[in-house]
Amino acid sequence: MKHSTFLYMWLLVVILSVCCGLATVWAQDGPPSAIDTGDTAWILVSSALVLCMTLPGLALFYGGLVRTKNVLGTLMHTAVILCMISIVWVLLGYTLAFGTDVGGVIGSLEFLFSMGVGQDAFPGTGIPHLTFMVFQLMFAAITVALITGSFAERMKFTALLLFAVLWSVLIYSPLAHWVWGGGWLAEMGALDFAGGAVVHISSGFAALVCALVLGQRKGYGVESMVPHNLPMTVLGTGLLWFGWFGFNAGSALGANGGAASAFVATHIAACAGGCSWMGAEWLRTGKPTMLGLASGIIAGLATITPGAGFVSPLAALLIGLVAGVVCYAAVVLKIRLGYDDSLDVVAIHGVGGFTGILATGLFASVGAQGLFYGNPGQFVIQFVLAVSTLVFVLVGTFVILKIVDLLVGLRVTPEEEEVGLDLSQHSERAYS
Amino acid sequence: MKLVTAIIKPFKLDEVKDALTEAGIQGMTVSEVKGFGRQKGHKETYRGTEYQIDFVPKVKIELAVADSMEEKVMETLRTAAKTGSIGDGKIFVSDLNSVIRIRTGETGEGAL
Repeated sequence: MKHSTFLYMWLLVVILSVCCGLATVWAQDGPPSAIDTGDTAWILVSSALVLCMTLPGLALFYGGLVRTKNVLGTLMHTAVILCMISIVWVLLGYTLAFGTDVGGVIGSLEFLFSMGVGQDAFPGTGIPHLTFMVFQLMFAAITVALITGSFAERMKFTALLLFAVLWSVLIYSPLAHWVWGGGWLAEMGALDFAGGAVVHISSGFAALVCALVLGQRKGYGVESMVPHNLPMTVLGTGLLWFGWFGFNAGSALGANGGAASAFVATHIAACAGGCSWMGAEWLRTGKPTMLGLASGIIAGLATITPGAGFVSPLAALLIGLVAGVVCYAAVVLKIRLGYDDSLDVVAIHGVGGFTGILATGLFASVGAQGLFYGNPGQFVIQFVLAVSTLVFVLVGTFVILKIVDLLVGLRVTPEEEEVGLDLSQHSERAYS
Repeated sequence: MKLVTAIIKPFKLDEVKDALTEAGIQGMTVSEVKGFGRQKGHKETYRGTEYQIDFVPKVKIELAVADSMEEKVMETLRTAAKTGSIGDGKIFVSDLNSVIRIRTGETGEGAL
């Protein structure tokens, strides 16, 4: 009953939007002179690279970490979020984030259903408005997909769909507006090059709330929950890394020196993060592990994201080294605290993003100055950015989860959890 | 006739197979199994979490042999599968009542 109510709601939204879209004359201007072909080519490619981070990158990264009985359900979380959030973004999310600022908190509805988003250059860039919109779409999609790691192996599929849509519209879009769309944090001069706050703090701490509200997996701490296929996770790591060049270097919004700077910083931080996590783990447990190395690489990438375009290669190296150790410590702390963030979204993305936003306030030297370059005010702004994002996400995610719980219930039944998501939610098996 | 069942370390399989073939056995059945003996399990660590793995992977070999071969097979197995460290495994021998070769219907030692 509840199940079908949700499906009808979703269907209604889709049909209404398609009707509105059809009734609209799309803005089709001639090729405007301000478009830079090199910039446009790079951002189009970057958009596709960020897509590759989500599917298959993140899907495989997470898929390998769960147990055999949940791998399809886990892959599907990421894949379906990519599809649904892309639609939500084109219809509503984009205008809330990048429409004309209303009171510093939200975008106007001027681009509702992407009306008026055409081939003309996006202000301040040499790329078409459509290109900017689709590049941002990929960010919106991956941010929600990142959260799924925290409630892996136990969330009901209908609850996931509802949560994803509500979270994207009510949390992601406003946040993107505050930081990138001319909102109050942008006005303050907050620096978030490619989404340390908007993507990583937000998904990371939404993940914390999800892990706490949904509770531990059945059998947590008693049964073995060993990853079922680490080579799959390593493949996902490689694809995430590859796509991250589009994520970070693409955030320069042009094919220029800034993009090159972000590209180099991204790569160095990934390598440093991998080395330092592996080293920390080696010292603590006596063995370097493949999963540790892969986790460190992702921690380095997440942590350099907000500062990628603002720091020197040497600063990126330091940020990466710190990221590996801090994020590993956060994983160890999670085990002590006993909350079941199944795939460590909080430790890697939340803590990594938070660290990165603060590090940007310290190390910024390219196009902006941080504390170490004579501008202590920037560090204060970065602190406000990190903390306000954190608080907004914690409260907002909690409210959304409670609403979803009331409407459809968050968790699968204990029997379904025992059988696994693949069979109980989707009636299929990954390996037969 | 005897049914010889040996539980050995997986990496010893090739060595054991070669030694048994040399000793003159006609066939064997091999399966990947898990279990524990006095070795107990081992520990695995994933992202800082230690997991006690109770069942250790082993290889199980099953051989049906003529009574005359029993001593030789036992000795060959014991020598080839031995590393000297804990977890080398065990050999079980039991009486085998009858054997039938499916293709021809032969029975007894002629079917081995």
